[in-house]
Amino acid sequence: MNFYGYKRPDGRVGIRNKVLILPASVCASDTTRIIAQQVVGAVTFNNQQGCAQVASDQQLTMDVMAGYAANPNVYGTVVVSLGCENCQMDLVVKAIQERTNKPLKQVIIQEVGGTLKAVETGVRYAKEMVSEAALLQKEEFPMSELILGTECGGSDPTSGLAANPLIGKLSDLLVAEGGTSILSETTEFIGAEHILARRAATPEIRDRIFEIVHRYEKALQLVGEEVRRGNPSPGNKAGGLTCLEEKSLGCIHKGGHSPINAVYDYAKQVEAKQGLVIMDTPGHDTSSVSAMVAGGAQVIVFSTGRGTPTGNPLAPVIKITGNRITYANMVDNIDVDASPYIYGTKSLDELGSELLKLVQEVACGKQTKAESLGYTEMSIARVCNFV
Amino acid sequence: MLNAMIVEPQDNVVVAIEPISKGDTVTYTCNGEEKALTALEDVTIYHKIAACDIPKGAPISKYGEHIGLAACDIKQGQHVHCHNLEEHREHLEDKV
Repeated sequence: MNFYGYKRPDGRVGIRNKVLILPASVCASDTTRIIAQQVVGAVTFNNQQGCAQVASDQQLTMDVMAGYAANPNVYGTVVVSLGCENCQMDLVVKAIQERTNKPLKQVIIQEVGGTLKAVETGVRYAKEMVSEAALLQKEEFPMSELILGTECGGSDPTSGLAANPLIGKLSDLLVAEGGTSILSETTEFIGAEHILARRAATPEIRDRIFEIVHRYEKALQLVGEEVRRGNPSPGNKAGGLTCLEEKSLGCIHKGGHSPINAVYDYAKQVEAKQGLVIMDTPGHDTSSVSAMVAGGAQVIVFSTGRGTPTGNPLAPVIKITGNRITYANMVDNIDVDASPYIYGTKSLDELGSELLKLVQEVACGKQTKAESLGYTEMSIARVCNFV
Repeated sequence: MLNAMIVEPQDNVVVAIEPISKGDTVTYTCNGEEKALTALEDVTIYHKIAACDIPKGAPISKYGEHIGLAACDIKQGQHVHCHNLEEHREHLEDKV
């Protein structure tokens, strides 16, 4: 199976062709918003971090910034920094260049002389990049070029019964095509980590799966907290999920049945054509999606029981629910109804083939509902993490 | 009409796939065999119902795995949720 995408100079393949206006810190975030508003085809996000961070915390921010610039859905990047933040321009540029050789421009607000000059410079760079990007012609590529990010949010029991098994089916189908699928959300491995560990391709990967789960639990205990105090959420419980183990056992279905070939730390670059891999992310939807997009995922599949509008600035997000009531209630936000699997009117094989076809169409340019509604929220994990 | 499902045959809870009222017959299939029990209380769609009596302290199983412990004696047909399930973190490295 093939799709039409954009070949990048670093060899990777994008399914969108965006220009990223990248804020190096919170102090540059409003400036990037103003720049992006002037340029059709440019995207940005609100970076809440980038300054006043310790090294390990700053590294998470740096990895997301570099990974966003390197994501194959991006044609090129205009980095905007204030000038005095921890994430200095030279550090950000170096981190990006370690991942990609795509077009890159820099604007330092304090050096160019304030907002108006920074906006003018940034807008001119961005407009030029958008014009260059528009000339790029799509080419045909095999589905093996895709890195799929899998996510669940606003879960309820139908997520574990239908939507996540469907995502797992898609994951297995894409792996069979030679592609890559990322299982995320370490928070929601808790109580189900042994099942994942059994599928580890090597003893080292098995040990890493336990390590990321235990590391995560211990990190919260160090600040006197327990993950259970924040997860499941009130909405999860109202939907019928009682405890973290139940949520986790449903969550891990997103990984299908393939062997687990690698475990990546948060936002690190994922190699293509790797089959199923894990990324260590928190069970906080937007920060988990951000990490996978930074890892190179061009497309996200996202299950929801309660219904959520979440999108992403760079990657199309395909929303799937197993809850027939939620599908009817939030059809404007949700792309796929997986509930026929619960009621026996469609098999997982049928739904899986339909979903793979939809992923191919989205890769070719079809807008997801989150895209068409303009959802681009994102966040970045911190050392003292989300639950 | 089926109004519940069991994820794995060894589970001791079933999931309501329709809204269930107290006194309703809860019907599901397990290993191809249709089974029935009586709901002892109203159960919201997609919430859990005890498939059998579960004594206090016994594991509650869904997906063929332990999701917690019974916080009190639970009777067949009762709603199983935060009020009668005690969270319990197991050491799972031994289960690999």
